[in-house]
Amino acid sequence: MKSILKRILATAALLGLGQAVHAGVLPDDRSDVLYHQYVGGGVEIDGPSILVRKSIGKSVSVSANYYVDMVSSASIDVITTASPYTEERTQYSLAADYLRGNTTMSMGYTNSTESDFDANTYNLSIAQDMFGDLTTLTLSYAYGDDTVRRSDDPNFFRDNTRQHYGVGVTQILTRNLISALNFEVITDEGFLNNPYRSVRYLDPTNPIGYSFEAELYPRTRTSTAVGVRAKYYLPYRAALEAQYRFFTDTWDIEGHTASIAYTHPWRDFIFTAKYRWHDQTGAHFFRDVFSRSEATNFRGRDKELSPLTSQTLKFSVAYEFFSNGMGFLDKGTVNFSYDHLMVDYNEFSDISTGAVLGSEPLYHLDANVFQLFVSFWY
Amino acid sequence: MYKARIARVLLTLLIVCGMSACSSIEPWVKPYERDRLADPIMFLDADPVSSAYIYHVYEAREGARGGEGTAGGGCGCN
Repeated sequence: MKSILKRILATAALLGLGQAVHAGVLPDDRSDVLYHQYVGGGVEIDGPSILVRKSIGKSVSVSANYYVDMVSSASIDVITTASPYTEERTQYSLAADYLRGNTTMSMGYTNSTESDFDANTYNLSIAQDMFGDLTTLTLSYAYGDDTVRRSDDPNFFRDNTRQHYGVGVTQILTRNLISALNFEVITDEGFLNNPYRSVRYLDPTNPIGYSFEAELYPRTRTSTAVGVRAKYYLPYRAALEAQYRFFTDTWDIEGHTASIAYTHPWRDFIFTAKYRWHDQTGAHFFRDVFSRSEATNFRGRDKELSPLTSQTLKFSVAYEFFSNGMGFLDKGTVNFSYDHLMVDYNEFSDISTGAVLGSEPLYHLDANVFQLFVSFWY
Repeated sequence: MYKARIARVLLTLLIVCGMSACSSIEPWVKPYERDRLADPIMFLDADPVSSAYIYHVYEAREGARGGEGTAGGGCGCN
């Protein structure tokens, strides 16, 4: 649980590189102060995220982000094979964009630290507007360098490296329709499994019928994702957005993700409702229970590597204030969003129920995700 | 094999984009016709801090990663 979250958070930082890139025009000067909270499956994670972005002259924009996760975990993995824990992750990011003509060059650095995991990520990207600014092409690259430790073993150090390659095209199709295509390849090499998590295997000598041993993942992973999205302006000033993503990797996970969102403004408010669906196959080395100890070369029982189906319902509202400016501020918004996440794991059993081996129910996760944030443009 | 396949797809994308850049394409949506696309309700990534957070929640709860963000918010609207 812990390690995979850290790796994913580092990946998220790494993937964030492409999202701030705007060719032909620098990003708006703005600041965001966000509080986030995730509650579900025995895990509670909350903390702030603060982003400040400011242009310097007409060609350069710099930004800084401070992000904290305060984790309190008694997840299904933790309560069945370990002890509940708390920890804190702190992340700093610095980025700069340089605009020249219709080209924006960006670079950034992100550092994430916690008690048993460090991650450093360096990223570069270039975005070019073309065809009368109807098309934006973005190329991006990032390199991540992680160190994995164990809180109970001061001599335990393992390294990971990660490289990310991205190509994206944003395309205006009509005066009411904009679309985007993203192609992303991520390669990992190093210690990719969780140093704490265990797999279970059949053990006739144990009264409950099974025992646990450390998981062992392959040392490499390459994943490919292709995503398309389109947003349409409806005749009565509202927007409809559809999105699809295909995912495949060398661990034999294949996923399909689709979503649809509707945005409706009313007076100074903007309301958005969204439904998202995700379905995936499992990793080739995932088993809910192995036939014996060290039954296969690679072994994992991370529920996120199980075949699963997840659904998310989202509702958000934004209220704009100081619409005509106030002092040095151009405008501000206060925003609230709520996501309800439901995950059905198709091969991961809930062994916390104490049911007899073979009759355990499949695990199901419900999680609530809240975000409250204030944004200022200046 | 896997990497070679990915490299071929990337190369094809780059060649197609490169060839397109050499031809003259008249923008079929004029700058003065982009008022609706400049409306904040049409932004693909209106709140980067919020969307980055929720994407990492998804990635923490699922085995898939990448491909859901925006390629760049540029739409020539400003």
